Amino acid sequence: MRALCWHGKQDIRCDTVPDPKIEHPRDAIIKVTSCAICGSDLHLYDGFMPGMENGDIMGHETMGIVEEVGSEVTNLKKGDRVVIPFTIFCGECDQCRRGNFSVCERSNRNKSLADKVFGHTTAGLFGYTHLTGGYPGGQAEYLRVPFADKTHIKVPLGVPDETLLFLSDIFPTGWQAAVQCDIQRDDTVAIWGCGPVGQFAIRSALLLGAKQVIAIDRVPERLAMAEAGGATTIDFSKESVVERLNELTRGKGPEKCIDCVGLEAHATATIDSMYDRAKQAVMLETDRPHVLREMMYVCRPAGVLSIPGVYGGLLDKVPFGMAMNKGLTFRMGQTHVNRWTDDLLKRIEMGQIDPSFVITHTVGLQDGPGMYKTFRDKQDGCIKVVLKP
Amino acid sequence: MSRTRGSNQALALAQGLGWFSIALGVAEVLAPHRITRATGLHGHERLISSYGVREIVTGIGLLTAKDPTPWVWGRVGGDALDLGTLAAGVAGPERERSGIAFLMTLGIAALDVACALALRRPLPAAMASFRRRSGLPKPPGAMRGAASDFVVPADFRTPEALRPLNEKAG
Repeated sequence: MRALCWHGKQDIRCDTVPDPKIEHPRDAIIKVTSCAICGSDLHLYDGFMPGMENGDIMGHETMGIVEEVGSEVTNLKKGDRVVIPFTIFCGECDQCRRGNFSVCERSNRNKSLADKVFGHTTAGLFGYTHLTGGYPGGQAEYLRVPFADKTHIKVPLGVPDETLLFLSDIFPTGWQAAVQCDIQRDDTVAIWGCGPVGQFAIRSALLLGAKQVIAIDRVPERLAMAEAGGATTIDFSKESVVERLNELTRGKGPEKCIDCVGLEAHATATIDSMYDRAKQAVMLETDRPHVLREMMYVCRPAGVLSIPGVYGGLLDKVPFGMAMNKGLTFRMGQTHVNRWTDDLLKRIEMGQIDPSFVITHTVGLQDGPGMYKTFRDKQDGCIKVVLKP
Repeated sequence: MSRTRGSNQALALAQGLGWFSIALGVAEVLAPHRITRATGLHGHERLISSYGVREIVTGIGLLTAKDPTPWVWGRVGGDALDLGTLAAGVAGPERERSGIAFLMTLGIAALDVACALALRRPLPAAMASFRRRSGLPKPPGAMRGAASDFVVPADFRTPEALRPLNEKAG
């Protein structure tokens, strides 16, 4: 089959690789009908995430048709239409029983490695670092789904792929980011980053009843899309984020802050961003946590910082004393996708939201490598790329 | 589609030009004799030092400005000044060195112009299409709270002790 494979920093190729096979009775094989490039794929593309190996198949936003199931998968059959969540989970361990699927204790097949690095393992993820299992991803013609009896979202026929695909990651990720804020009707929610996850966080905060949603970015088309979703926007390349947030909240700061940027913050005109760039260049720091610092500074005391943005390793000059004294609550983590998807699928079917709004580019798998660059560089108005194998 | 003013590539290039400006400026201020020797501009050390100050100021501007576009155009202006100076050198006794420096500066000027153009705003027509992409069936104001039937799980709620008093009462 054809698949997009990682061959090093900024080197993704469309290769021919062996078809996946059932390896365990709980596996299923999916014929992929649509998949997408995610912002967190760019951390792999740019070489910021350790633990990638030459030839790894990329992709963790996937949907398709069940082709084959293992002997222990009794709730799926050939021909079923499924969206595959990016977090692989067993459904039986202590964490899964609590709904904490992204920290499933059993699905990471490199558990011992993750235990050493993270202290305790997290769930296996598709198309990601070997720290999270190194499972082949879904930017391919076929995908093997481990623990397939749990790791799937069954979706109805008759609804376009484009409307359902993002149940795999970015819609529940934006939703969880807003849910983590426990939004009250008087809350102002400030969201850094208007990429795909940011767009869904904006709409989730609105649907959950935030009084005011403020979106921060510098890319004009992303800001325009954020405004379409009901956000007041701040272009950080033109105005001071701190001053504007204080203006918009009568000097009190937003109660809830969401970081949809993560480790590759592209701040300009700030001393700390130049400091991060310099330290990263000499390998003394892995992440650029400008957004975290800014959120800690502007958030109203006793507020909540919700962090769906991906961080990879070591962060420097994070003003934790400020956060401690302000009594901030931090909520973060990979998304417990299936905890939210039944509800979100219902909301899609009810017509509360059509997630396809975020798609700007649809191409074949062979054009995927070029689209990584287009997406990374935000060229051609690119916000979300869907691939059709 | 549109050319985006905020494109990462253009902004990264602007930042790179900022660092380049500072490095060149420091060299021109600290070692003007070496620079004049390399460019065939003997006797113009004071002028080169003043150009160095200009480069440093431009570099700092590029790295600290919220919008680097005017500073990139400032670099283009500086390039014109440099080219004029080097052209005078080409007419002098060390025309070969000045000629090479002239061609190198011409290349850098082309890069500066390309960066300034890449930082331009997107076309209004393309922006309009993004303003229509709400994903919502009604205007956002009408959709506010449409999912308020959602019950936040207990483990995702703000700790009771941190809730404002008016919410606790509610």
